Amino acid sequence: MAMKVSAKFWREQDARYNLEGTRCLNCGSYFFPPRSVCPRCRRKGKIERYRFSGTGRVLTYSVVHQPNACLRSPYIIAIIELDEGVKVLSEVICGEDEIKTDLRVKAVFRKLGEDGEKGIIYYGTKFVPA
Amino acid sequence: MKRKVAVIGVGCTKFGEIWEKSLRDLAVEAGMKAIEDAAISGEEIKALYGGNMSAGMFIEQEHVGVLIADYSGLASLHIPAVRVEAACASGSVAFHLACLAVSSGMYDIVIAAGVEKVTDVDASRVEDMLASSVDREWEAIYGATLPALYAQIAMEHMKKYGTTEEQLARVAVKNHANAVHNEIAQYRREISEESVLRSPIVASPLHVLDCSTPADGAAAVVICDASMARKYTDTPVYVAASAQATDTIALHDRHDITTMLSTATAARKAFRTAGIEPSDVDVAEVHDIYTISEIVSIEDIGFFKKGEGGTATEEGATEIGGEIAVNPSGGLKACGNPPGATGIRQIVELVTQLRGEAGKRQVPDAEIGLAHNMGGTGGTAVVHILAV
Repeated sequence: MAMKVSAKFWREQDARYNLEGTRCLNCGSYFFPPRSVCPRCRRKGKIERYRFSGTGRVLTYSVVHQPNACLRSPYIIAIIELDEGVKVLSEVICGEDEIKTDLRVKAVFRKLGEDGEKGIIYYGTKFVPA
Repeated sequence: MKRKVAVIGVGCTKFGEIWEKSLRDLAVEAGMKAIEDAAISGEEIKALYGGNMSAGMFIEQEHVGVLIADYSGLASLHIPAVRVEAACASGSVAFHLACLAVSSGMYDIVIAAGVEKVTDVDASRVEDMLASSVDREWEAIYGATLPALYAQIAMEHMKKYGTTEEQLARVAVKNHANAVHNEIAQYRREISEESVLRSPIVASPLHVLDCSTPADGAAAVVICDASMARKYTDTPVYVAASAQATDTIALHDRHDITTMLSTATAARKAFRTAGIEPSDVDVAEVHDIYTISEIVSIEDIGFFKKGEGGTATEEGATEIGGEIAVNPSGGLKACGNPPGATGIRQIVELVTQLRGEAGKRQVPDAEIGLAHNMGGTGGTAVVHILAV
């Protein structure tokens, strides 16, 4: 189990740790997570890696009181529009009284979870008020 | 559709926590009811399509197409059996494919079924398994649960159109009231608007009673080439349209999360095929996995203008006897949601309504019915139109 999970996270490290996605040079669209096919241009698309700035704004959010896994709750998840125009879903670490639409946020490197007590800890990007 | 298709038999098990029955028990029970209702012999069935979201996770069993065929006594006839998966839309995609198989002329009589067994795993794990219907790697891993994603749709719908928590609650109140008269429903009791609003928050603004619950259950229908339907039944119900559409798997990749383009596309195609307008529909089974999804869907199907679903619900337009009866069965909300079976259960309800056999929950003079079923947050949407 642990082997499978570690490969799964290691494989996506650039995207998870550094907010690395892709962009299409043909139409100018940005993608996160990375896409190898541009849905707009398909075969005509020209894809290259792109590292996002990590700043953006909250479009919408929800305070989760009943989590699925063993996450502590409540916590806030949000759809965030990065300044490049791409949207991502992540946790916003702030108070329930702080969260609001259009809140400016920036990406931070945080623990996402762990594979049991003896398994690997995996990391990724969450957001905090900018 | 090349050849017209008719539904000639329907069957459904009770939905809920059915601890004493296994997946195969449930599937066989629904299948036998449908076959008896159609008054056909097993030898006449030429293929089986079975909707199932995740027997692999729920009971650690794959190859369930064969399992169902085998225990229904059809494997000895060596007919093809296909398991179909599209999350909570698995059942209606199975029905769609079964219709294509008959319509194409490949087979004359086909059985479409759906089944799920969710209570063999710990309840706390079931919700996480349901989150496999959205993007596990880029949504669920960051803490997005299925209700938390629909909660964001609700937040946005409220902000954009002024939809209220009370209007959401009214969906649950209506569907529970309808389910009182549905013998297969998991929750056959009325609830008040106040009890919905006072129930604990799952993900703001959605309360516990805004959410449907995963359930055990199975449903099955027998369909055939319409030209032979009268040989089996005096009350055939015809499939006027069958349409399926997709959208991005992740909610955040959509331009506007208050509209499901998969639903809008499937509905538009279905209305065009059937040659009718949304206002011609008498009864609809709509994907109310959360109260907000019924409101968004009745707008996207075209029953109400975008943004007016909440008000229409509040005014009683979606009640039995209203402008368009939505979820007279009780919907996913009160019937419970076995992901693989729900789409077929919707077809069973429409056929029962169009035959005029729905008893105390009968929609008066129902002649045209619409079923709408989604997978995930609308990555899949399926719309069927049935008529007598």
